[in-house]
Amino acid sequence: MADTKMVNLTIEGRAVSVPEGTNILEAAKAAGVLVPHYCYHPGLPVAGVCRMCLVEVEKMPKLAPSCATNVAEGQVVHVYSEKALEARKGVLELLLINHPLDCPICDQAGECELQDYTFQEGRADSRYREPKRFNPVEDFGGDVLYVTNRCILCTRCVRFMEDVHQEPVLNVSDRGDRATIGKASDADLTQPWAANVIDLCPVGALVSKDFLNKARAWELDRTASVCTGCSQGCNSILETRDNVVVRQKPRSNDQVNRFYLCDEGRLDYRWMNRPDRMEAPKIRLADVLSPVDWEIAFDETTKVMRGKRAYVVASPRLSNEALFLLKQLIGATKGTGVFRCATGPEAPLPGVPDLALRADRAPNVRGAELLGFARRDHDLLGGLAEGDVLVIADDELAGLDLGTAKKASAIVLIGTVLPAGLPTPDVVLPIANVAEEEGTFTNLRGRVQRFLQAKAAPGLARPSWYALADLNAALGVKAEYFLPSAVFEAMAQQEPAFGGLSYETLGLYGAPVKGAAATVGAA
Amino acid sequence: MGYPHKSHPRETPVLSKHFGEAEARTLDGWKKRGGYKALAQALATDPLAIQDVIKASGLRGRGGAGFPTGLKWSFMKIGDGKPHYLCCNADESEPGTFKDREIMRWTPHALIEGCAIAAHAIGAETAYIYIRGEFTEPIRVMEAALAEARAAGIIGKNAMGSGKTVDVWVHKGAGAYICGEETALMNSLEGKRGNPRIKPPFPAVSGLFGKPTTINNVETLAAVPHILNNGAEWYKAMCLASPKSTGSKLYSVCGNVAKPGNYEVVMGFSFKEFLYDLCGGPLPGRKFKALIPGGSSVPTITIEEAEQVKMDYEGFLEQGTMLGSGGVIIFDDAQSMPRQLARIARFYAHESCAQCTQCREGTAWMTKILERIVAGQGTFEDLDTIFDLSEQMTGKTICVLSDSCGAPVVSGITKFRGEFEALIKGRRSSTVAVGAP
Repeated sequence: MADTKMVNLTIEGRAVSVPEGTNILEAAKAAGVLVPHYCYHPGLPVAGVCRMCLVEVEKMPKLAPSCATNVAEGQVVHVYSEKALEARKGVLELLLINHPLDCPICDQAGECELQDYTFQEGRADSRYREPKRFNPVEDFGGDVLYVTNRCILCTRCVRFMEDVHQEPVLNVSDRGDRATIGKASDADLTQPWAANVIDLCPVGALVSKDFLNKARAWELDRTASVCTGCSQGCNSILETRDNVVVRQKPRSNDQVNRFYLCDEGRLDYRWMNRPDRMEAPKIRLADVLSPVDWEIAFDETTKVMRGKRAYVVASPRLSNEALFLLKQLIGATKGTGVFRCATGPEAPLPGVPDLALRADRAPNVRGAELLGFARRDHDLLGGLAEGDVLVIADDELAGLDLGTAKKASAIVLIGTVLPAGLPTPDVVLPIANVAEEEGTFTNLRGRVQRFLQAKAAPGLARPSWYALADLNAALGVKAEYFLPSAVFEAMAQQEPAFGGLSYETLGLYGAPVKGAAATVGAA
Repeated sequence: MGYPHKSHPRETPVLSKHFGEAEARTLDGWKKRGGYKALAQALATDPLAIQDVIKASGLRGRGGAGFPTGLKWSFMKIGDGKPHYLCCNADESEPGTFKDREIMRWTPHALIEGCAIAAHAIGAETAYIYIRGEFTEPIRVMEAALAEARAAGIIGKNAMGSGKTVDVWVHKGAGAYICGEETALMNSLEGKRGNPRIKPPFPAVSGLFGKPTTINNVETLAAVPHILNNGAEWYKAMCLASPKSTGSKLYSVCGNVAKPGNYEVVMGFSFKEFLYDLCGGPLPGRKFKALIPGGSSVPTITIEEAEQVKMDYEGFLEQGTMLGSGGVIIFDDAQSMPRQLARIARFYAHESCAQCTQCREGTAWMTKILERIVAGQGTFEDLDTIFDLSEQMTGKTICVLSDSCGAPVVSGITKFRGEFEALIKGRRSSTVAVGAP
């Protein structure tokens, strides 16, 4: 955008140059100054109602709402001048006069902008001596609970539903200090992306029923991840407490999901905590699986696979790294790689281009395709030939007729749980799930994105890349990798699609594979 | 509703000349009184020339702000290829103001003519008259007059045979004070919640339906035909004090006064004579104490200050208040100012649109403090809190509703602090019913 006119201004003594039409609040961000605000959100139309972002602009007669005031050449902006601080202090006092101050029982406490800014700029006391207004808690349906008393009426939720989701079911009802957020009586917040209003709410007014009273915000560890709910690859944050994933929230990425995460994706984390996990490598002895050392399990695998073709049933929920190592294994045994993917109805978020809950309900379909796995949604085991070794990699085989598996000379199971109905495998290699390891996924537009480890794997289970690298080494494939980044590096060298990429270039927002469009909407 | 009082000899009836004449409501009656001559002439005149006449007349907005009308019209870029709109603000919801109601009740055709001329002058083909919903009689009268004018071809596709389209429509409000704010009115007209919009963009750039729009008060538009008929110089000559304020102005007088009602005087008239002569002074045995001269949103003044006022935009400003809408609310010595001000604050708290924090929370808080003081539970710190609160509520919000709540209250406390202190010290005024709002 070389033809955009740039505007120079000074904010808190810092010179900054921003494109014409930028508001002062965003310009301040660019200058490294955060103007406290509530109603403004970069993904929503400007409302200018909370009046929290008032700043002093030289030569303007009144304080300016920085969200609704565009930059002008030569402007001098004071965010922390006495006048501006006084005004914001006043707003904070007013926001709190009817607020219940129930932080000790509020889920938002610890990540509440009302707390943060009051602590930063507010009064230590209140001059309010009157009774506080009271309204009951309302169930908005879906995952959303409206705690009316905590609401500061910033209208972010109203604007999200109206302008981004384009399902105008929320409004401001009544006037004056009786005003509350109202919901259309014949609608619930069950729209596919509705729960985003919880994240958008800067205070504890809209809270998640799923997360209600589960944990305090300050007890949580946060890990950058990628949602595994579908092939969109929305960036997410996995929040854990004591090695348990308790919440998944969106992580902003303008190229993929802006600020949002769909309800289906955000609530799809419980399986990461499932207790029925395989915790130790096992081999079949007298038709019973016995726990053994990893080395013994690899030896046993080498034995059953010697001279046989591997028929690898991979899962599109595996990382690129794991799929790459499986591809090496297939190559070494002249075998075949297949996968299947669960599907469901697509649910776009109308206000954001190219963002939807995708039909393919797995995060790495594109990665599996790029690495040469054939998609067989029906008849997954149809290619299994008599005498092949059936290698099951993370597919839970649900809903499959496993009679065909008897054709296999041996079964090697690499996964997190033992699929029901599967004939006893010869070898079981337990691996970590997505929350327990590091890796990358390739989304449907070809964007490769990293996810990080959020919790520890159970028992002896190993990260998939680690287990597969050692397995390949045992099979005689050159595969001495000590970090997932090393696996990725090898993949980048051997797989043209991933050429030029590395964990460094991916960063936390990802980068497109060769030939994929770099930005959203261009696809 | 009843008939207006007989015009006082010192009044200058221009707009109110035909108040009380039932015949003036009809098209024939209005034509007999010289109606629609100005429109016929205007439709044959270049819009810019009409703007010049209005500019030269010195006509200023009668809704409260006093913005020069001709200048406002000149912000509309004629021929920019976009549809233009004229809005007539007939929401008249300012407490103490009831002049537009009378204009619409008695001289509906004056307003229609004014709207049509203004629409032509700003390049608009459509004018909307937004009438407050409670004005059931004016709405009925206006609609009847519009039907007559439309049937007679005065407005419509070929207005008065000029080949120009000028359409005028009535839209009924639903009872929100805030819909008298110009951008809230436009939202309401569009069918949205009546919330004021952030300015800029100003209505002349992006107003009704996002198109260039001019919005004028009923009284302003009703004055337009008279100016065109009699000339700018005639209008400009109606001026006794500041040359920046010209013409005649309708004042709605209410409260503790012998003869409440609408009075029309020229700009710069002596307020003292207005109060004691035209309005008949206080009720027997009472004395004027204070008044709010321009609708409840302007600062309160004492009767001593009021007696100094020359009644025009500048004259009221000199005494620390404003001409506003011309709704004069008078309090005599039998009234408790804390109680009156608490009632006014309650109105604003009820009518706040709930967008801006300062207004939504501040108006309600101020009301609660005032009502507590009136109930004899106040403290001296409360008065400081009110002053500080008013400071927070002034100049920091989208529209001026919260400023309007603070203005009469703060000036009232400053000027009648003794009454507040007496209540705080526990000496309740005899006129205050305990616990009354």
